[in-house]
Amino acid sequence: MAFDIASLGENVLTTSLKRVVNWCRKYSLWPMPFATACCGIELMATAAARYDMARFGAEVLRFSPRQSDLMIVAGRVSIKMMPVLQRIYLQMTEPKWVISMGACASTGGVFDNYAVCQGIDQFMPVDVYVPGCPPRPETLLDGIMAIQQVVERDGLPPRGRGPLGLHIPAPGGGRDQLVQLRVDAQKRIDAQP
Amino acid sequence: MSEPAADIPVAPGPLDAHPGVKVLRERFGDAGLDPRDTIVRGRAIGMPTVTLARDVLEEAMGLLKSDPRAAFDQLTELTCVDYLKFPQVQPGRFGVTYGLLSTTLNHRLWAKVFVNESDLSVPSVTSLWKGANWLEREVFDLFGVVFEGHPDLRRILTPAGFKDFPLRKDFPLTGKGWRESFRPVTRDEA
Ligand code: SF4
Repeated sequence: MAFDIASLGENVLTTSLKRVVNWCRKYSLWPMPFATACCGIELMATAAARYDMARFGAEVLRFSPRQSDLMIVAGRVSIKMMPVLQRIYLQMTEPKWVISMGACASTGGVFDNYAVCQGIDQFMPVDVYVPGCPPRPETLLDGIMAIQQVVERDGLPPRGRGPLGLHIPAPGGGRDQLVQLRVDAQKRIDAQP
Repeated sequence: MSEPAADIPVAPGPLDAHPGVKVLRERFGDAGLDPRDTIVRGRAIGMPTVTLARDVLEEAMGLLKSDPRAAFDQLTELTCVDYLKFPQVQPGRFGVTYGLLSTTLNHRLWAKVFVNESDLSVPSVTSLWKGANWLEREVFDLFGVVFEGHPDLRRILTPAGFKDFPLRKDFPLTGKGWRESFRPVTRDEA
């Protein structure tokens, strides 16, 4: 019996394999909570029922770097902790992402003293900076969605890093792209009736 | 601070009546003891601070713990103050401070021993109060005061290999480059 393609109707969707794979990966981030201070509390709130990170497929927080691919650095990183942080980053599975959550992780915050690193991006790659002290759970979710958007677009973390710890976006990826994505999203929101 | 409850006996009145001061005076006389009361909201609360000489510290602490009138069975605090450029001149640069509490008699005493950079050693009180162990390590770590007779005087808070004493007043607040000195990890080596 010949297969009647017409019988499938509108139940077929064609796409490229890459898009399907990226779509799956996007909803399968496994965060590694590197919570060293007050931001960690907000991270816990984000993962808990009210804000519910599970909606974005990132609810399984793993305390082993071998089982995670999204490092969320939430809090101050002291000079004693920095080597630990780097080591944990190196141990994570590829492809991996780093969110620098809050003023302290991103810049040292108000703790401008000998013991606190003034921004983790000086010593390791950072993909998304989440502002706030502490960031609200919505803001962190926004950061996770930003990661998702990159995963969806090009799938892999951009290579390379510049002097002074400034992140140099690889062609077609990185911070500029994120900014553009955010601008586009805002435009779409503004365009809604 | 709230008012003491009526049914708890509190060391009253002038400092001479404070059992800790009494015990120390009996043994060492008044020289250099310099007891001063703690003032809370304009009121003396009968919790004196005494200054002890380094040579008698061990004996004085032993006495304060063992004498039944003083019975300071708990070391509640052991810390240090750097008096560098302090407006009132002090007997020495570093004041190692001991907070004592008698849980049976309900009175407190602060004791201070001053040391200078020329000789930073102070006898350890770990043999009297085991809790002094980590506290002395902390003071050693952050001020560089050396506690003679401490069973394990290592740094406790700063990273291994740290050379400075960061809580000293002449230590620059933003440090001496340690926080900038890590080797960056790149994506390519990860
Ligand atoms: S950014 Fe604010 S909330 Fe977060 S760790 Fe620093 S001080 Fe705490």
